[in-house]
Formats: sequence, structure tokens, C-alpha cells
Amino acid sequence: MEWETVIGLEVHIQLSTQSKIFSGSSTAFGAAPNTQASAIDLAMPGTLPVFNEQALNYAIMFGLALDAEIGKRSVFERKNYFYPDLPKGYQTTQLAEPIIGPGHVDIEVDGVTRRVRIHHAHLEEDAGKSLHEDYHGMTGIDLNRAGTPLIELVTEPDMRSAEEAVAFLKKIHAIITYLDISDGDMSQGSLRCDANVSVRPRGQEEFGTRVELKNINSFRFVERAIKCEVTRQIDLIEDGGTVVQETRLYDADRNETRSMRSKEEANDYRYFPCPDLLPVVIDDAYIEALRGRLPELPAARQARFERDYELSAYDAGVLTAERAVADFFEATAAACGAPKLAANWIMGDLAAQLNKEEVSISAAPITPELLAGLIKRIQDNTISSKIAKQVFEAMWAGEGNADQIIEQRGLRQLSDTGALDKIIDEIVNASPDQVAQYRAADEGRRKKLLGFFVGQVMKASRGQANPGLVNELLTAKLDG
Amino acid sequence: MAIETADIEHVARLARIGMTPSEVADLQTRLSKILHLVDQLQAVDTSGVEPLSHPLDAVQRLRADAVTETNQREAFLAIAPATEDGLYLVPKVIDQVE
Repeated sequence: MEWETVIGLEVHIQLSTQSKIFSGSSTAFGAAPNTQASAIDLAMPGTLPVFNEQALNYAIMFGLALDAEIGKRSVFERKNYFYPDLPKGYQTTQLAEPIIGPGHVDIEVDGVTRRVRIHHAHLEEDAGKSLHEDYHGMTGIDLNRAGTPLIELVTEPDMRSAEEAVAFLKKIHAIITYLDISDGDMSQGSLRCDANVSVRPRGQEEFGTRVELKNINSFRFVERAIKCEVTRQIDLIEDGGTVVQETRLYDADRNETRSMRSKEEANDYRYFPCPDLLPVVIDDAYIEALRGRLPELPAARQARFERDYELSAYDAGVLTAERAVADFFEATAAACGAPKLAANWIMGDLAAQLNKEEVSISAAPITPELLAGLIKRIQDNTISSKIAKQVFEAMWAGEGNADQIIEQRGLRQLSDTGALDKIIDEIVNASPDQVAQYRAADEGRRKKLLGFFVGQVMKASRGQANPGLVNELLTAKLDG
Repeated sequence: MAIETADIEHVARLARIGMTPSEVADLQTRLSKILHLVDQLQAVDTSGVEPLSHPLDAVQRLRADAVTETNQREAFLAIAPATEDGLYLVPKVIDQVE
């Protein structure tokens, strides 16, 4: 039987405000335990929460980027559950009247565009952290994170493959980093994702029983976790079993999902409006002022790259997926005047090197100015593309700019006809068999055979011969 | 509306409050009285009345995003029953069978 996967995501986004959502405690990452947990965060009696304006503004900007309805009136509610890293005994969140209503995000996978509908997104506070190492059989609680502002976004079950789920999450990552409302760092938990996954026979209208996957904290794990859960569900059904609605944890080391203890009493959160917080009311002028502050968003920037720099849709998509990469590209293109070459270098050698060394583009030793300097030397034929790779590596190692490295290492391309003729003569005289073969061949085959001679010349010139010129001189010599 | 023993036990479990059977019986009587009062309120025709999310007819004030709190950890740790390495210690809660 052919199966169809159905995925909905719940995404938590940690907002990069200075202070917490309801208190003036710092949200800085990495502080000593409990040094950023005030009386409000600790739920001391007599304290009152006051809502952070920036958290509201960030949420509205995010909603505008999703083309969503903005709630002109939103209400905080208490979600009651008992857990020691939640000192109040409830999480302050939104339910019936969230700040962000229905919206959508368009994703593209394998050239097909799909619209993913956003059910809603709301503001809430994060919980603290439980440390389960052994403290004499007890659990340690660090409440620094308690009260950090989060947006929780809930999609409709509109994705049909693990690849689409990843594309959606990457799009959200791009939007929040463009808006600069979150650092979007999945490894630090600034962007977290739960996936609701089910399968159904293709063509069936009704959804299958869904499983909620938790603990997927990288783009790669989102894809792998969904894939292995889909396989598990299909195998289970084909063996005559049924999928149970439950929460499963993804174990990256074993690449498997496993059931969490099923909570019979789950989802009894006894929500009610928080009496400590009044309804949040905003008007059109407030929303429009924030709309005016929105930067150019990924989709608009991609369209502009295609138009102004004449890049392909694919290249423009790759370059605009991250704001820092797009900025790097624009700075490089402006400095060298060769956007297509700049795009190739950034998506090729630079991306590979960043990946290999696991550094972000903003921390790379090669700046847009350095890369532009290199590209200029390729363009004016001072060096070949092949030699340029060598210069690139030297720049990465901190040996200076392209001009300095070319000079120091004597990498200037050999474009002197006399010198090249000399090398070519030597090669041609030393290879009578290949010459005879070449001259006996038809035009189509000659092109292939020419490669041997070009290779020999490049080798003899230690890669420094101007390839265009070598081709020209060789052809003249051999054909003549 | 009367409240069942099972409802009280359920709510007590959610709030992690241990109760003796006699306490449950006592609460059952008292909570049922409260719910009876609610029944009377429910009987009032409220069609056309907007649901109330807050008793005050006011809107939320906003706070500028600035760090105004200082580190008071030692004072808070001093009134906690158990602490270590700057952490509050609580009974282990994971893998606890309900």
C-alpha cells in the first residue's frame, strides 16, 4: 500500500529581549544558576507580573511576517500543571485570544511550492531547568530561564514529508533572524520543535492517529526523527497493529523514537484567564508603526536577488536563507562587481570551509572585502580559478589578502605568449604519438584529445598558465 | 451540581495534595455547596453579555524592556529548605509512577 505522511509542527521561539516577559530579570544566557531569578520569577507571594513591551512588539512583527491576523485584544491565561521548574504551579500563556491568529508560510521543496497554514501563535513564558544529576537523590532547579519570553507557533497538519517539515522550520529560522527577534540557535534551545506525525493510505481523507515527537533539536534531527517515526508507524500498521496516540522521544544516538510514559491525566491544564494580567489591547496605529519597522524579509530579498543580480531562483534561495549570508553576499558583490562569481564562491568554497570548520559566516576569517579582492584577480586574469582556490585557502589561514598572497607565492598567471609557446613546444615535441592521434581525429574527438595537452602544459607551469590562452595557442599549434 | 469523590481525588492529584478519606468527604460537602451557588449564577440569562476576562475595566500596561532586577540569589536560597551549588533542591520527580 502507498502511504502518505501528515505532519504538523509546534515551534517554540525564544525571543531575544533583554529582560523577561513579566519581570526585569536579565535573560542573558549562561549565567550562574538562579542569579537571574527574581521574586517575580520565583513566584513569591505579593509580586505582580508586568508585560514586556518588546516581547509584544516582537510577536506582532512575527505575525506580520506570517501574513497573519494580529489580535488587537489578547489575553493571558494560566495553564496549570505541577512541575518543580515551574514555581508558580502554572505557566502564563495564551489560549482563546492569542496575539497572532491564522497566517501562512510558503515553502519550496524540489521546485514545488506548498502553503503551510499557521493555526495561531501565542506568547508565553519559559520554565526553568531541572538538573537530574544526583544531588543526594534530589533534583536541582535553576530558574534563570523561568520567565524568558517565548512564541509558540502551531501549524495546521499541512506538511507531507520530513523534507517539507525541515523546509518550514528553516523558513521560520530565516524569518526570525531577519526580524532579529531571536537568535534562532537550535543548539541553545532558542528554536525548538515538536512534530505531530501520522500516516494514512494515499487518497484517504481521514487522518491517521498522530504521535507527538519531542526532543528534536537540530534541522537534521527533525528530518531523521520524522523519517524513522513514519517507518515505525507504517511497519506497525502493515503488521496488523494500530498506532497509539502518545508522546515519543527521539533518541539521536540510536536513531529511534521511544514512548514516554503515557500520561492518562495529560491535557487537564484547567486554563483560566490570569487575574494578575489585564487584557492586552492595541490599535491599528500601533500595528502599522511596527509594520513600518519590518526589514526586507527572505522572500522579498530572494526576489530582488533574482532580479537585480540575475541569480537563479535556487541560488537566490540559498543565499537569502540566512540574513548573515545574504549580507555577506551583497557586500562581496558590491566590492567586486561580479555577483555571479561572488555567489559561486560563497555557496561553494566558502560554504564548504564554514561547514568543515564549523564556524558561522560572521565569524569567518574571510571577510567580504577579502573575497572580493580574490574575485577581482580572477576577473582580470591575474590568476586562474584553480589557483584562486589555493589563494582562498591561504586567506583563510590568515596569510593576508589576495594580492599579498599572489605576490608572496608567485602565483601570477602565466599570460606571456613567448613563455607559453616555449612550454607548448616542449610538450608537443615530447608527445609524438598523441600528436599523431590528434591530427588523425575529427573535430569532435580533437576537443577531447586536446585535454591531454592542456593538462601537460598546466602541470609544467605549476598551474599558473592562463587556461584560455593555452587552449588558443595549443589549438593553433596542433591544427597548423 | 454535586461533585464526585473521584473528581476531588483527581484535582488533588493534579495539585499534588495528599488527602485522607475524611478530608475528601468534608471537601465534597463544601465544594458541592460552592458549586450549588455557581448553579444559581448559571441560571441568570447572560445572553448579550460579553464574557469577562478580567474584573477591572482596564487594559494591560507595558513595561520597557530593561533589566531592573539585581542578583538576590543568596537571600532567596537562604529561605529555601534545601540548596546546593546555587540550585534549589527538590524531591526527584522524573520516572515517578503516579
